[in-house]
Amino acid sequence: MATTEAYIHAPAEPVRPSTRAIIWDWMTTVDHKKIGILYGVTALFFFIVGGIEATLIRIQLAKPEMQFLSADLYNQIFTMHGTTMVFLVGMPMAVAMFNYFVPLQIGARDVAFPRLNALSYWIFLFGAIFMNVSFLFGQAPNGGWFGYAPLTSSQYTPGLNVDFWVLGLQALGAASIMGGVNFITTIIQLRAPGMRLMRMPLFTWMAFITSFLIITALPVLAVALFLVTFDRFWGTNFFITQAGGDPVLWQHLFWMFGHPEVYILILPAFGIVSEIIPTFSRKPLFGYAVMVYSGALIGLIGWGVWAHHMFATGMGPVADAFFTVSTLIIAIPTGVKIFNWIATMWGGKLWLHTAMKYAIAMLLTFTIGGVSGVMHATSPHNLQQTDTYFVVAHFHYVLIGGLVFAIFGSFYFWFPKMTGRLMSEKLGSWQFWIFFIGFNLTFMPMHWIGLLGMPRRIFTYYDELQLADLNMLATVGVAVQAVGILLLVYNLIHSYFRGERCGRNPFGAATLEWATESPPAVHNFNRIPEVHSREPLWVEAERVEAYAFGPMEENMHMPPNSYWPIVTAMGAVLTFVLFMTNIWWMPLIGVVWTAIGVINWAYEPT
Amino acid sequence: MATAVAHDHGHGDGHAVHPPTSTGLNTWKVGFWVFMGSETLFFGTLIGTYMVYRGTSVVGPYPQDILDIPLTTLSTFVLLMSSLAVVLALEFLQQGRRNLALFWTMMIIVLGCGFLGFQAYEFTHFYKEGLTLSTNMFGSTFFVLTGFHGAHVTVGVIWLLVLWFDMFRGHMGPQNALRLEIAGLYWHFVDIVWIVIFTLVYLMEFI
Repeated sequence: MATTEAYIHAPAEPVRPSTRAIIWDWMTTVDHKKIGILYGVTALFFFIVGGIEATLIRIQLAKPEMQFLSADLYNQIFTMHGTTMVFLVGMPMAVAMFNYFVPLQIGARDVAFPRLNALSYWIFLFGAIFMNVSFLFGQAPNGGWFGYAPLTSSQYTPGLNVDFWVLGLQALGAASIMGGVNFITTIIQLRAPGMRLMRMPLFTWMAFITSFLIITALPVLAVALFLVTFDRFWGTNFFITQAGGDPVLWQHLFWMFGHPEVYILILPAFGIVSEIIPTFSRKPLFGYAVMVYSGALIGLIGWGVWAHHMFATGMGPVADAFFTVSTLIIAIPTGVKIFNWIATMWGGKLWLHTAMKYAIAMLLTFTIGGVSGVMHATSPHNLQQTDTYFVVAHFHYVLIGGLVFAIFGSFYFWFPKMTGRLMSEKLGSWQFWIFFIGFNLTFMPMHWIGLLGMPRRIFTYYDELQLADLNMLATVGVAVQAVGILLLVYNLIHSYFRGERCGRNPFGAATLEWATESPPAVHNFNRIPEVHSREPLWVEAERVEAYAFGPMEENMHMPPNSYWPIVTAMGAVLTFVLFMTNIWWMPLIGVVWTAIGVINWAYEPT
Repeated sequence: MATAVAHDHGHGDGHAVHPPTSTGLNTWKVGFWVFMGSETLFFGTLIGTYMVYRGTSVVGPYPQDILDIPLTTLSTFVLLMSSLAVVLALEFLQQGRRNLALFWTMMIIVLGCGFLGFQAYEFTHFYKEGLTLSTNMFGSTFFVLTGFHGAHVTVGVIWLLVLWFDMFRGHMGPQNALRLEIAGLYWHFVDIVWIVIFTLVYLMEFI
């Protein structure tokens, strides 16, 4: 208590802390903003790792019958590319933004459970490292990011590959569930006075819906992974066909998680775009309520479409028809969103900032991915396209053209808030166009490659398919994208040190996060603002700012740093590491470590 | 009933420093309910897996051969009574009647351990009858489903032991009865899961 207050009332020029103190502070921090930055930087690092994996894949596929990667190594690389991009980039990047901006947008001082938030991050980090260490053993996961049974059984994959995968994903899933619980509770409980649900910024709404998807979908994955783990370590028969096990059950369980996962990845992107477009159009979001409802509807129906990934398994006409129709229905709320964004821009005073360019590009490319999605949602059509590069083109259009474009846009949009400096617009514009062109060069040809019959997940192809030129084009596109991404990283680093300084609200945005300093003070707002509208900084700026920058709240309590989250996370991931030894009592060391962490945690004063 | 009503008004921890919440509910309680929502899907998936594989074993022992309904009815009764003990323990703790709260909290622990004892007996008995994790589909699904449930009961027992010691040292009272209430929510939840398991895994085999 005393130390916290001393910190808040610190003199303007504090003594510069030692490097060791800074590192210790980051390791023990429970501040949502710092944890958000940790998530973001880690995800960016793994984005580059996953990007290198993608580059290796494309080099191997540049020409027919290349010998650059062996078939086995190719399996490892494409498995880790998918796993990395979904679990170590897409989700944590969204969570990074949730962490930093949800508490600011609802006018809170932190998330509901700050230490749990730190625990989520550390388990995520250690789990991510654990899974990637597999490369050092030459036994990276190789069963695809979908891990289809019975490929993952010890009979077909006797090495450590799949062990790394099931145990690593288990850790990452647990971290995500904790995060989901935390954000739901935060949004239910910690809204500022007057911040009714239907006044929350769209980004916070999408974080809310995404969190519900996380806490419902991830436990299904957890069970599915447990079943594989039991099959591999203790000889159960869940996916062993000889004993009566059914590999199709794995597909059901995996996609029951996997399809909501798709919306876990795209709804945050929708949230980001819904913040950027009104800001740079100088107009409130068109059809706010409908945007909220359609987001909720996407989340809800998103739970009833999983088997459209499985038309090729032969589920029968009734199931095929059901999942075709439910999937097609999702196009309606999604279309509503697209039109509402367009209507927001209609008649607005457009400012073509790089963030806005990314948002507009997202509308375009995501729609292309959405349309190809509608194509293979149709079950007869699907049989022609399943397991071809057409599907690869589709999901890269929604995940890069949707999620990554939105995330890059959010960098340009929110970087000034996080650092107090603008990102270079000149570099940004170049970066946008290079990445946009490179992306389309890579993935547009894949539509043809797929429709002409090239199967995915195969390490090479014959010249007779006559797909060499299109494949070479896709590979050239990857090189262009790489330039775009390096430019982005350079822009981030350069702007962090040299960027033009900016005020609190450089873009004239409407939501509460812009009513803080850039970067925000530890406690975010001097007093929790009271809001009466959806666009507080457009409608009632003076009043809100009087709260945010006025006299400091008496007896403010900020949670102190804690090292128990990182200690507990070490124990939890150590449990999984020791599992790999196959000595039955070894994991117990990790369990005891975790238990010590949890109990000390429970009795730590906050 | 009185417990729930009494509790919704004054939420447990009386820290003046925590700002009031948007809903007026206690944040720990809301967070825990959300977590239990997640747990529902966890057990839902395990139970679903059991049901999908029901009757697919290609070799014995089959469920009808070895499930012991009278014995399991008894262990189910023991677990259900432990939920009654939760209600009483919480009521007495909220009233500040420490000794009664101590007694009933210990009763939850004893009954919970009793249930685990039944399960340990059942598992070893089945093992002797030749049913292991890898014998057949029934063995795999049965042990994993009931094993995860038993693991949850074990966590609950450890949790309640910690609370009991705090109560014993005089660190618990009406002001922080919320700690017991949340542990109780967890306990009731695990109990309800067992009712589903008992119905679908045990009783369904004999109708």
